[in-house]
Amino acid sequence: MPETVIVDYDAGNLRSVQRACAEVGLAADISADPARLRRADRIIFPGVGQAGSAMATLNRTGLADALRQRLGEGVPVLGICLGLQISLDHSEEGDTPTLGLVAGATRRFQFADPTLKVPHMGWNTLRLRQPHPVLKDLHEDDAFYFVHSYFTVPSDPAVVLAEATYEQPFCCALGKDNYVGVQFHTEKSGRAGLALLARFAAWDGVFKAAAGEVSRAH
Amino acid sequence: MLTKRLIACLDVRDGKLAKSVKFVDTKDIGDPVTKAREYYDDGLDELVFYDITASSDERRIMLNVVEAVAAEVFIPLSVGGGVRSVADATDLRLAGAEKINVNSAAVQRPGLIDECAHALGNQNVVLSMDVLRVEASAAVPSGYEIVINGGRLRTGRDALAWALEGVKRGAGELVVNSIDADGTRDGYELTLTRLLSEAVRVPVIASGGAGTPAHLVEALTEGAADAVLVASMVHFGDYRCSELKQALADAGLPMRMRW
Repeated sequence: MPETVIVDYDAGNLRSVQRACAEVGLAADISADPARLRRADRIIFPGVGQAGSAMATLNRTGLADALRQRLGEGVPVLGICLGLQISLDHSEEGDTPTLGLVAGATRRFQFADPTLKVPHMGWNTLRLRQPHPVLKDLHEDDAFYFVHSYFTVPSDPAVVLAEATYEQPFCCALGKDNYVGVQFHTEKSGRAGLALLARFAAWDGVFKAAAGEVSRAH
Repeated sequence: MLTKRLIACLDVRDGKLAKSVKFVDTKDIGDPVTKAREYYDDGLDELVFYDITASSDERRIMLNVVEAVAAEVFIPLSVGGGVRSVADATDLRLAGAEKINVNSAAVQRPGLIDECAHALGNQNVVLSMDVLRVEASAAVPSGYEIVINGGRLRTGRDALAWALEGVKRGAGELVVNSIDADGTRDGYELTLTRLLSEAVRVPVIASGGAGTPAHLVEALTEGAADAVLVASMVHFGDYRCSELKQALADAGLPMRMRW
């Protein structure tokens, strides 16, 4: 029996993610048990909150090690929002060393326009940078729900799957091997978000980032 | 591009949808779960539930409504009415609400905002403000006063000062509801909306008074709001959510038009 686990590290409303999974036919258990995570054959790593306290919980409970191990074993992992942000090496939020699943850093938005609201909150569209099985069949007018004050800057631009624009374009989806991370709350993004979850549920974890020139076209 | 949001507010009393005019004369207008589903299917961007009874023994009814909606509506849900503690907020979050609205209880005990922001994150705490236009005075220099308990009790507190304090304490968004405009369908209170939107760096939702699509456009342009909240306009069948969004898009505003 395949097991999908939603990683529970006291970071936000995991039941929303679980309900959205159920809607697309993916039975997922919420678990804070590293042993359980080591048996999972599909992992969703969501999260809302603060990088420092999230990392403290992940390290203390052993969930961080279990996640790294399982990712290394090729299991498909989906990071969402804070789950994506702490997948890089470092976060500016509280100057926190993070998981290092993907090389790069998480930075705080700094705007030239002082009237821009923070967080970046609401529905925004994506610009696809390269094809990925989880972002397949995306329409250019599909919008996703964002709520965040920090954004990811991967070291290798070839892992960027999609960008959104809030004053400046920023990476809002990245993919490296069997890891895929999205900045938006796909579980709260209507049918476009559910379709993304359904594609993740069906994904075998195989992805090769485009080498060299990355497509800038839709 | 970040879009403007169309938000529908469902006032729930005893598990049923209600809509008031100037905060009194509440009418029963149907099942909130059915309405929520209908609006979701028709492109609504976000839903707000307001528990307008909110007495402690009826909390369970509201939690059931939120759970039922969260199981089939996959857009942000915000819930308010009677949130007095982090425990109330946590119950609503577990039932499926992303955002928690605090209102009267925060005016009476402002530390509630700090506590909820600490427990849930600033972005999940919405300060909902009921505002009455008054003569400007030393206590209320902006000429807008905060009222509580469903509009029944004046507080002597200035709306602008309260908005700034609320954001400082950790509110991640403001709902600015004009008591003068509520239920009138004569348009939002644009001066108030703009005043607060320009004073804070968190998103501001205009609320109270929408009657036509042009009112929504005004709130998002002249009123400088990030989102508009509607109730009567859609609850009584005068307009569909998709029709309102199309009107906003036609007016040149960025909207989510595919759902």
